[in-house]
Formats: sequence, C-alpha cells, structure tokens
Amino acid sequence: MDELTTTLVDWARGQSALTAMYHWLFVPLTLGLSVIMSICETIYFKTGNDEWKRITKFWMTLFGVNFAIGIATGIILEFQFGTNWSNYSWFVGDIFGAPLAIEGIMAFFLESIFSAVMFFGWNKVSKGFHLTATWLTTIGASLSALWILIANAWMQYPVGMKFNPDTVRNEMMNFGEVVFSPVAIDKFFHTVISSWVLGSVFVIGVSCWFLIKNRNSALALKSIKVASIFGLIAILLTLYTGDSSAKIVAKVQPMKLAAMEGLYEGNTHQAITAFGILNPEKKYNNDDDPFLWAIQIPDGLSILAYRKAGAFVGGINDLIEGGYEAETIKGEKYIMPSMEERMKSGKLALNALAGFRQAKSEGNSDDMAKYQEILEENYPNFGYAYINDVSQTIPPVDIVFYAFHTMVLLGAYFLLFFIVMLCVYGRKNPNPHRYRWLSWVGLCSIPLAYIMSESGWVTAEVGRQPWTIQDVLPTFASISKLSTGSVQTTFWLFLILFTVLLIADIWIIIRQIKKEDFDKSATQDHNESY
Amino acid sequence: MGKEKTPFLITVFRFYRDGFRSMTIGRTLWAIILIKLFIMFAIIRVFFFPDFLKTKTDSDQDKSEYVGNELIQRNNTNN
Repeated sequence: MDELTTTLVDWARGQSALTAMYHWLFVPLTLGLSVIMSICETIYFKTGNDEWKRITKFWMTLFGVNFAIGIATGIILEFQFGTNWSNYSWFVGDIFGAPLAIEGIMAFFLESIFSAVMFFGWNKVSKGFHLTATWLTTIGASLSALWILIANAWMQYPVGMKFNPDTVRNEMMNFGEVVFSPVAIDKFFHTVISSWVLGSVFVIGVSCWFLIKNRNSALALKSIKVASIFGLIAILLTLYTGDSSAKIVAKVQPMKLAAMEGLYEGNTHQAITAFGILNPEKKYNNDDDPFLWAIQIPDGLSILAYRKAGAFVGGINDLIEGGYEAETIKGEKYIMPSMEERMKSGKLALNALAGFRQAKSEGNSDDMAKYQEILEENYPNFGYAYINDVSQTIPPVDIVFYAFHTMVLLGAYFLLFFIVMLCVYGRKNPNPHRYRWLSWVGLCSIPLAYIMSESGWVTAEVGRQPWTIQDVLPTFASISKLSTGSVQTTFWLFLILFTVLLIADIWIIIRQIKKEDFDKSATQDHNESY
Repeated sequence: MGKEKTPFLITVFRFYRDGFRSMTIGRTLWAIILIKLFIMFAIIRVFFFPDFLKTKTDSDQDKSEYVGNELIQRNNTNN
C-alpha cells in the first residue's frame, strides 16, 4: 500500500467508526429503555395503580426523545458503503442488501405504526391494546437491531454464499445459514441484552439524581427497583452470552481473540489476563515480554475458549506460523495453515479470477471451468492475496486489548452495582438520605455504561482488522478510488452533525428530567400528549 | 335509532390527527427529525455521497467489469 492509499483507508475507516460509534450512543438506550417502560406499563396493567402509568409515561418520553434524535443516524453508514466502500458494496451486494432491506421494512411497519399508538393512544385505546402496542414497539426496535446484526455477523463469519466470478459478487445460496449463523445469533443476544444493561443503568442514574435532589422520590424508588432487577438479569445474561462469544471468536476469528488477550505465544493451559498493562515495545517479531504488568488466571483462556483446561489456544505468532491443531465452529479438527500458506492460496484465488475473466473474454469455456475450480478451492483465503506482510494481518493489539478489558471490568462492576442497588433501594421503605453517596454512584455510572457498550463494539470491529469480510476482503481492497480530501471533508461534516444531534439529545433529555413533577402529574389530565 | 358507526379509516385518521395536534415535546422532536432527514438526504447524500460505481457506469455488466479490474489491479499495486 502506498502512503496515500493508507491515509485514504484510515480516513474512511475513521469515518465509519465515527458514524457507528455515534449511532451506538442512541441505539442501546432505545433498546434498553423500551423494555423498562414496557415492564412499567405491564405493572400498571396488572395493578391498575396510576403511579405506574405516570412512571411509564415519564420513561416513555425519554425513550421518545432518544428514539427521535437517534433515528436514521445509522443510514449514513449505508451512504458510506456506496461511496467510500464501493468495491466492498458491489462484492457483497446481495447478501448485505437483504437483511438491511428487511430491517427497513420491519422498522417502518412495527416501530412507526405501534409507536404512534403508544404515544397517542393513552385513554384512546384499551389498556390491553396500548400495552400490546408498547411491547410491539419494543420488539420492533430489537428486530431492527437483529437484521443489522445479522449483516454485521456475516462480515465476521461469511457463510451461506457463493462467489460468482462472472459478476464479481457473492450470491446468497442459503438465507437460513446467513440468518441462523451462530455468530449472528450470539451477536444479537449479546448486543441487545447488553443494551438492556445500559438502559437499566440510565434509569437508575436518572432516578438517583431525583433522590439527590430530593424530588420525585416515589418515581425514583419504584424505577430503581424495576431497573435493578431487570439490570441484574440483563448483566447475568450478558456475561453468559459474552462467554459464548469468546468461544465462537476463538474458532472463527482466532487472531481477534489473541489481540483481545495480548497473546503472542499461545499454549495449552493458557492463562487469561484479568488486568494488565501492555508493553508498548512488544512486536510479533521480537522477544520482549507482552506485558509490563499483569494479573493472570491459570488455565482461564483455555477453559473460556475450548472448555478444557488443557486446550491449546493459539497466539499471534502461532497464527502466523500455523501448524497446530485447531477446531472449526462445527467442531471439525484441522491443521491451522500459516499466513504464508494463506497468502499463497489467496494469490492463487485472485489469479484464477483474472484467468477466468481472460478466458471469458476469449470465449474459452474449458479454461473458465478450470479457473473457477481453482478459485472455489482457494476462495476462503481470497483476501490474503492483498497481504504483503504478515504484520498486516494483526489488528492493533493495544486498542483491542484495552477495549476488551474495559468492557469486561465494567461488566463485573455493573454486576456488583445492580446487586448493591437492589439490596439498598429494593427494600421496603428505603432511606435515600442515608445512602446519598450511593445515589451519586448511580448517577456517575451512566457514562460508564456507555463506555462499556462502546468498548464492546471497538473490540468487535477493531479486532477484525484488516478485514471488512473476514479472510475474504481487506479494507484496502474494499475502498473506492477516491481522493483522501473528499473523505476528510465528509468526516468533519459528520462529526459536526452528530455532535449537534448528541448535544440536542442530551439537552432535551435533561430538560425533560428537570421538568418532571411526579406529584403534580397525578392531578393532570392524562390526555396530555407527548 | 342506533348511533352510526364511524368508518375504520376515518377513526385511524382522527387518531393520528388528534395525536399530532396535541403534541408538546413531540413538535420539537419532529422538527429535529425533519431537519435531520433534510440535511442527510437532500444535502449530504446528494452532494457528498454519490453512488461511486454509478459515476463510472450505469450497467451491472460494466460495474462487474470495473470492480473485477479494481480487485485484480489493487493486488498488483499492493505487491
């Protein structure tokens, strides 16, 4: 890669990262808050207690603000596919397009129809119908996420397709395999359930602010109780799905797992790093120690990845050199090929594509069949044709390692957080004045939940570098032939647009929170809309 | 005489009309949504994010040709 192209790829990657990360500031709150407001309304439906209706309406308002401001921010990623990543976009069109189209239709029908009933329908439709609309809005939001995550999972683990050298596109052969890929299923549950954690922390944090200000205590304490129980269930499920994610990553993207752990030389009985500071001098081809300081748990990574203390976990250098026995996601054993072997195979695949096209232009069907066979045989390594140096296959270890460990540590923190919140505020007649410090902890934990959530995405996306499609297409083959300046311009444009939207979101949410007067709302006409 | 039943579509129309009319914070949010969509689709999409392959050619055959050449040449530049 020449310097100019590297700069172009970096700016385009930066732009995609910026868009995805800003988009992800809105989405998890929408997903988390939607379930909590649905639970609150269910309690109202069951008990008929008007307080729960007012609690539901309060959280529904904040959901509405966040939903409205965040909506469509992800579409910008689709603009970028067509402009910045046109090779990629053409290469995957059919497969990537189908889930995104379903997402668009589903989001439109479920969310827009039922959210209208949810916002406009209080006292106009029956309680049961309203509750159904609220839950369907919640389900619609999660299903929208499902299709996006299926598309993303396919990039991490491309299955269910066949490459057509004639059209230079991957064509979907098995929709079920794409939708029910273990990576997609796991990614969906891990992402959506971790968003419930963020939603719960947000509800607790805002409620704690009310307690600090000595306002709306009834709303705050009831909300904390619901969010603590829900958050505790969510964090336990997040830990469970996170554990199965690691197991899948070990088989599908072993280089990502090695980077997550800062692991260069793998071993049997491989320890897992609980905390650590990476040695910045460490490179794959020197003998420096990977850590300046670390606390490790013996056998931990072998157990996490393969459920066996004695299992071998490959490190970065093992993956470069290959030659050890590994296992596919289907449990089949194979010998890990070296990077050099993969690069050779990738070049065979790409040369076969060139040969196929040449034979086609000459009308030589025998040669076309011959080259197609070579291409198919070597296609799983197609992307390695673009690798010049094995170092290009290593993701930025420091970013991936710290993002992963930040996510895990904050996950552990939130497990404790929900337990403490539930123990203190879940009791009958709790005394918030006595635990003012805890209310401050609750409030200050809101940004930590966002850091945890974003760290998860950084681990997943930076960890799969250099691939846009795992092993099949690297970023530097996916990029369009654009000027770096044009990508820089749109980068700054998006930064401004998203920052304005984020400020608007935070400002309106804070205004709504400050405005809330729970006692006064009891005497107000419930026909009042949003 | 029994009360005449309002047709379903009119009921739906009134439901939405009344809902939009009685909005409070919703008005601000709709304004933000519309401004945002305008900026995204009428400015950013049109002026900054053209369909790159469409700027090269219109037919799918030519697009395949273009991307195929790109992928093969990208490899040559890269080596």
